[in-house]
Amino acid sequence: MVSSSAAVARPAKTRRLPWTVVPFLAILAGLVLMAIFAPLVSPVDPNAQNLLARLKAPGFSSRGIVYYLGTDELGRDVLSRIIYGARVSLLVAFASVALSGIFGSTLGMVAAFYRGWVETVLMRLVDIVLSVPAILLAIITVAVLGPSLTNVVIVLALTRWPRYARVAYGQTLSVANMPYVRLSRFMGAGWFRLLSRHILPNIAGGLIVVATLEFGLMVLFEAGLSFLGLGVQPPTSSWGAMLSTGRNYVGTAWWIATFPGVALFLLVLAINLIGDHMRDRLDPRSR
Amino acid sequence: MSAFFLKRALQAFVAVLGVITLIFFLQRLAGDPVLLLVPQNATQADIEAMRTSLGFDRPLAVQYFDYLSGLIMFDFGRSYVQNVPVWTLILSRLPYTLMLAGGALLVAFGIGIPLGVAMAVRRGKPEAKAMMGFVLAGQSMPTFWSAILMIIVFAVWLGWLPPSGARSWSSLIMPSIALGLLSMATFARVARTAVLDELEKDYVRTGHAKGLPMHRIVARHLLRNAAIPVVTVAALEIANLLAGAVIVETVFAWPGLGQLTVQAINARDFMLVQGVVLLGAVTAIVLNLVADLLYSIIDPRIRLEGNA
Repeated sequence: MVSSSAAVARPAKTRRLPWTVVPFLAILAGLVLMAIFAPLVSPVDPNAQNLLARLKAPGFSSRGIVYYLGTDELGRDVLSRIIYGARVSLLVAFASVALSGIFGSTLGMVAAFYRGWVETVLMRLVDIVLSVPAILLAIITVAVLGPSLTNVVIVLALTRWPRYARVAYGQTLSVANMPYVRLSRFMGAGWFRLLSRHILPNIAGGLIVVATLEFGLMVLFEAGLSFLGLGVQPPTSSWGAMLSTGRNYVGTAWWIATFPGVALFLLVLAINLIGDHMRDRLDPRSR
Repeated sequence: MSAFFLKRALQAFVAVLGVITLIFFLQRLAGDPVLLLVPQNATQADIEAMRTSLGFDRPLAVQYFDYLSGLIMFDFGRSYVQNVPVWTLILSRLPYTLMLAGGALLVAFGIGIPLGVAMAVRRGKPEAKAMMGFVLAGQSMPTFWSAILMIIVFAVWLGWLPPSGARSWSSLIMPSIALGLLSMATFARVARTAVLDELEKDYVRTGHAKGLPMHRIVARHLLRNAAIPVVTVAALEIANLLAGAVIVETVFAWPGLGQLTVQAINARDFMLVQGVVLLGAVTAIVLNLVADLLYSIIDPRIRLEGNA
């Protein structure tokens, strides 16, 4: 009863999104929808070549098709390739964040829960992996495994899990000794129940913030790896690979590199802004 | 105090050993390491000959310790594509990467610190919000895209700067900016937080009370105290700059270590890739250590807590 009357007492205090975040949420939603419905939205097949329409400027039209953002060196529609490229970017980022997030959070929670040698080994490993620039680890792993979409996800997951492990570890340490956790343990709850029912819900906020900021980074990493030729292989369109091709045509066809870059920039900017906003809201220290 | 240094140095040593082990076994995990080293058109006999000559037919433990003892003597192995010791190749490219990292650090520091200080001092004002927007944009800008945009505008359209290569000092300008922008965002954020923390301190209020103008409080008193986190981040950022150089050097055809790595990957020159990655990883670990030690020298509270 008390809670309901309190809720009625301050209806105006519902948390409103600041005006700076709303447009970026819209951009993110737009890009996600674009990726999901790519076959419906894209004007033409992203891999359809039209050798008569190579390197044509934005707005060029041929055989009744308008190339709004121009064509690339094989006469493929840049707009359609950007739309399909969003699928790769978002899929890789989502999969690698999910994998490394689950893996890292579990290890971090286990390290903080069991302490002892488990803690020492796991957290030392976290220190080691974190002290090496992730892009270097990624480069050598892809060089060994060979470039492909799956390998990029594996590589990113393998190099990024310590970020989650460290946050999960720190937060679990502070939660594990709370009375409710001790009580639940005392009443016979097993480790799995303790971690999943009592600890995880209380540390999820911090982990979600890390995951959001990591998502933006993963988009950049995938593009970077594809740019270096270590990511998604042709003819699948990826923004990084498009930029790499565009780099060879900066003198003659500026649009090939410019527009995928705009898409990449907008996506990462939107995610970073939303992540920043979430951190400000969920992290009491920064308030 | 020395116990803290020793403990941290030991940790760094373990990390270096860990990375070496990781790279060593990564190469073996993926399958036959000889296949990574031989040219694509090698015959079965070539592969077997290579296996014996490289010692890959020996027990794994022997290979591992052999590899370790070689590394101690700066023996990173031989590039089988160019038939030159890896270390020689690295040394020939290192000066260019250091030059680029230096230029980028200059850009990052020169723009990031004043920006961060200004954002903190003018907190809540519209100009501070605009600056924050600029920082966020810099942070979200993929280096390879800002690099290409600069080439299009300043090299192709305006013709002010050379698009690539390393023929003159002007070739260094665009790569430095492209690489420095990302670190600029980091420096601006750290400087902003550090200055904001300091602004709440008593000595700032004292300064106000005795009628000092704001710029004088900031320049004479506050910056010195706010420098601690900035110095630490600087050491860590250098490691990131070296890693970021891989992409920037590729875009600008800058003949440094990054370009060498990408060429090595494309030529399947695995020994060379391994050497550069190892060097980068060890540099990063050492810089991490330096950052920690610097921090504890500037702020004695850290090492006291570490000892407790």
